[in-house]
Amino acid sequence: MNTSADLIVARPEGLYCPPGDFFIDPWRPVERAVITHAHADHARFGHARYLTAEAGLGVLLSRLPGIDVQGLAYGERIDVNGVKVSLHPAGHVLGSAQVRLEHGGRVWVASGDYKVEPDPTCAPFEPVSCDTFITESTFGLPIYRWEPSQAVFAGIDSWWRHNAAQERASVLFCYSFGKAQRLLAGIDAGIGPIFCHGAVEPLNRAYMQAGVALPPTRLVSEIPARDKAAFKGALIVAPPSAQGSTWMRRFGDYSDAFASGWMRLRGTRRRKGVDRGFVLSDHADWPGLQSAIGATGAERVIVTHGQIEPMVRWLCEQGLDAGAFRTEYGDDAIEADMSTPSDASATESPAQ
Amino acid sequence: MRRFATLYTALDATTSTNEKLEALIAYFSGAEPEDAAWASYFLAGGKPRQSVPTRLMIEFARERAGLPEWLFEESYQSVGDLAETIAHVLPPPRRESELGLAQWIEDRVLTLRGADPADLRERLLGYWDELNWSERFLLTKLIGGGFRVGVARQLVVRALAQVAGVDHKRVAQRMVGWTDSRQAPSAARYLRLVAPAAEGDDIDTPHESDLGLPYPFFLAHPLQTDPATLGAPADWIAEWKWDGIRAQLVKRSGRVWIWSRGEDLLTERFPELASLGAALPDGTVIDGEILAWEPGADMPLPFARLQPRITRKSLTKKVLADSPAAMLAYDLLEADGRDLRMEPLEARRARLDALAHTLSSTLAVDLLRVSPVVAAPDWPALAALREESRARGVEGLMLKERASMYGVGRTKASGTWWKWKIDPYSVDAVLLYAQPGHGRRASLYTDFTFAVWDEADGVRTLVPFAKAYSGLTDEEMRKVDAIVRKTTVEKFGPVRSLTPTLVFEIGFEGIQASPRHKSGIAVRFPRMLRWRTDKTIDEADTLDMLKGFLNEAVA
Repeated sequence: MNTSADLIVARPEGLYCPPGDFFIDPWRPVERAVITHAHADHARFGHARYLTAEAGLGVLLSRLPGIDVQGLAYGERIDVNGVKVSLHPAGHVLGSAQVRLEHGGRVWVASGDYKVEPDPTCAPFEPVSCDTFITESTFGLPIYRWEPSQAVFAGIDSWWRHNAAQERASVLFCYSFGKAQRLLAGIDAGIGPIFCHGAVEPLNRAYMQAGVALPPTRLVSEIPARDKAAFKGALIVAPPSAQGSTWMRRFGDYSDAFASGWMRLRGTRRRKGVDRGFVLSDHADWPGLQSAIGATGAERVIVTHGQIEPMVRWLCEQGLDAGAFRTEYGDDAIEADMSTPSDASATESPAQ
Repeated sequence: MRRFATLYTALDATTSTNEKLEALIAYFSGAEPEDAAWASYFLAGGKPRQSVPTRLMIEFARERAGLPEWLFEESYQSVGDLAETIAHVLPPPRRESELGLAQWIEDRVLTLRGADPADLRERLLGYWDELNWSERFLLTKLIGGGFRVGVARQLVVRALAQVAGVDHKRVAQRMVGWTDSRQAPSAARYLRLVAPAAEGDDIDTPHESDLGLPYPFFLAHPLQTDPATLGAPADWIAEWKWDGIRAQLVKRSGRVWIWSRGEDLLTERFPELASLGAALPDGTVIDGEILAWEPGADMPLPFARLQPRITRKSLTKKVLADSPAAMLAYDLLEADGRDLRMEPLEARRARLDALAHTLSSTLAVDLLRVSPVVAAPDWPALAALREESRARGVEGLMLKERASMYGVGRTKASGTWWKWKIDPYSVDAVLLYAQPGHGRRASLYTDFTFAVWDEADGVRTLVPFAKAYSGLTDEEMRKVDAIVRKTTVEKFGPVRSLTPTLVFEIGFEGIQASPRHKSGIAVRFPRMLRWRTDKTIDEADTLDMLKGFLNEAVA
C-alpha cells in the first residue's frame, strides 16, 4: 500500500507525510506533529512542535501544558515543505479536526476520530472532498446505529428526575473530555444541582473559555465528605474509573448510569454493572461512517482503528480501494474503551 | 405491544429488584386483561414455540438491511444474540403499530407457524417495519422461540398480588401451571388470577380446568457452612440428594398428572409412573425425584440413562426398557384431598411411609420408593456417610428441618431445607480453543474448550475433554479475553485456536466412558472453579488421571 506517491504512510512513530516531513497524531516523540484532537491516544507529550485547530488550543494545553503549539483556524491553509495543510471540523470533540493535505495534484484527508451528528459543544463535521480518505472504524459494524441525541438526553433527564423524586443521587459515568461536556450541554439543568469529578471540571472550564455554553457545575470535593444530603437529587458526572471506588461512598443512596456507544449492546451493558446504560457516542455509527466516506468522493480508503477487517472488506465490496494502517489509536477490545487511558482519570486520583 | 415492549425494556435495563417490581406493577395496573394474560404468561416463563425458522429470519433481515452473509455473521458474533442482532441492523421503521399484545400474539405470531416462505417474508418484513427497536427485539425473540426475561417468577407473583390486593401466596398457588402450553392465556384466566379473595376463605376452590395442578415447589438452599452451626442433629432429617428429575405426582378424580419443577407436564413421558397412580387414593400429591432405577436393584442408574425419556420423540418399547423409571418419594403434600403443607415434615413423612406401606404388596412396590432417612448420631458421623455419596450414585445429602412446613420456592420463613453436596471432581486443564459468549458474555471470548495431557505412546499431546464457560468473575473474563486475542493461532469461523498458555481448575459432577469423544470420556456440568495463574501448562493434569475417576464413579 506504501507507494511512493502516497501522501501519508504508516511509520513506527505514527502516520507520516513524506513530502511535508511531519506526523499526524504520532505515538512516539517526533519533530513536528499535527494533532487531530486532544484525547490521549492521539495527543501525547514529547514532540518538539505541535499544530492543532485553534478551537482546540485551550483543551490541548490543559492536557499537555507547556508544549510548543501553533493554532490554525478551521479552513485556513498553510504550507509545510510544499504541502498545503488545512484543518476541518471533525465533530468529535471541541477542537477536533480532519487534516487535509494537498500536494502534486493529490488530496488526502486524515479524519482522526469523527461523528456526523450535530453537537452543540463543537463545530459540526464537514465533508471534505479528497482522493484518499483515512477513516476510523470504532463502531464499524451495522449493529451500531445511534438514536438522535435528543432522545438520549430525554432518557437521561427522566432517569435523573425519577431519582431526584426519590431523593437519590444520580451518578453518570462518561469520558471526562468531550462526552461530559456534551451531556452537560444537552440535559435539562433545571432538574437539580450538578456536580463534577475532579477529572471533568477543568475541561468544563476549558470549554467555557472557548465560548461553549454549559450549565453551572460544582466540584464534588467542595462538599464535605460526610454531607450526603448535599447530593440528594443531584447529578454527578464522573469518569468510568470512579465506578466501584471508595470515592462513591459519599453519595449515600444513588443510582448509576454509563453513557457510551458501547451501551448499544445488551451484553456489554449488563457486564458494566450499572443501573442504566445510555447509548451516546462521539464516534460515527455505521450509517454515519458510510455517509462520511461516501461524501468525500474518495476512491481509496484507509482504515486506522476499531473494526478494521469488516470495514475494509465491506468497502472493497462496494468497489473502493480499501486497506488498513496499523496504529496505536483506540483498541481492538471493547472493554478497553471503558477504562481507556485516553481518559484523564487514569492519571488523576478519583479522590479529587 | 408497545406497552409490553416498554415493560420488557425497563426490566432489562435495571438490576434493581424494586425498580423491576415498580415497572411490573405499573404495567399490570394499566394493561387490558387479554394483554396482561399473555404478559404474565411470558413473564412467568411461558415460551411460544419457534414459528419462523432461524435461517429464514436471518435471510429476511439481511435482505431488509442490505447486508452480505459474512457481515451479518460478523455482527452476530459481536452481539451474541440473534434477535438483538436483527433489531440492531434493520433500518428505522416507516410506520407504527397500535395493536395490543394479545392481538399481536394471537393474530400474527401464532399464525406464522407453517406458513410458506413467501408469505412469511412478506409478513415479517411488514411487521418489522411498524415496530421500534425494543418492539422488534421482542417480536423477533417471540417468533424465534428464544424468549426469556430477566425477572424472577416470585417477583411477578408479588406484582400481581399487589395489583389484585390478594395475598402473594394465594397468587403463587393460582399461578401454578400458568405456563402449561395446553391452555392458552385468556382474559378470563387472567381475571381469575387477580380476582379478590372471598371473605374468610383460606383456599381458592380450584377451577375445573385447574384440577390437575401441583403445588409450588419448595426449594433447598446450598449449605456453605459447617452443619454443626445448624444446631442439634436430632432437629434434622437427613436424606440422600438424588440426581434425577424433581417432580410432583398428582392423583385426583381418578386421574394422574406428573409435573416437573419447571411445570412441564411429564405424564406421557413416564407411562409406568402414571399407572402407579391407579394404586393411589384420590386427593394425593407426592413430591419426589424421578430416577432411572431397575426393578429390584438397590441403587439408581446414572442420570444419563433417564435422558432418552425426555429427549426422544416417541417412547418405543426399547426406550422404556433401557431407561426404567421409578419415583423416589420424599414428601406428601396432599392426602385425602387435604393440603398438608402447613404440617411439620415429620408428620408428612409418617403419612408418606404409611401410604407406601399400603402399596408394598402391589406391583407398585418398585415404582414408588420412599427416600430413606440417613441416620447418624452426630454431625461428624453424618459427614462420614456423605463421603460415600459417589459410590452410592447420589450428589450428597439433604438436610431438612424436622418441623419444617412445605414453603413456596426458595423461602426460609416456614423452615429450611439445605442441600449439602459433595465437592465436584476437579482437574487442572489447559485452555485450547475459545469462542465468543452469549448474553452477558457477548463479544468477549468466554466459551472455552479445555484439554489435558495424553501421555500415550510416549508423546505428550493435549487432548480436549470439556467445554466450559462459567465460573470466572467479570474482571477475570476481561483479562482472559485479552489474552485470547493476543495468543490466537488460527480462526475457524467464530472459534479461535490458541497457543496454550493458561491453566484452569475445571470442576464437574460426573464422568462416563464415551467412545464418541476423542478423549474417550464425557464429563457432566463442567465449569471453571478457578484460574490457576500459579501453574504453567506443563503442570496441568493428565488423561490417565481423569480416567482414574471412572473407576471411582458408578457407571
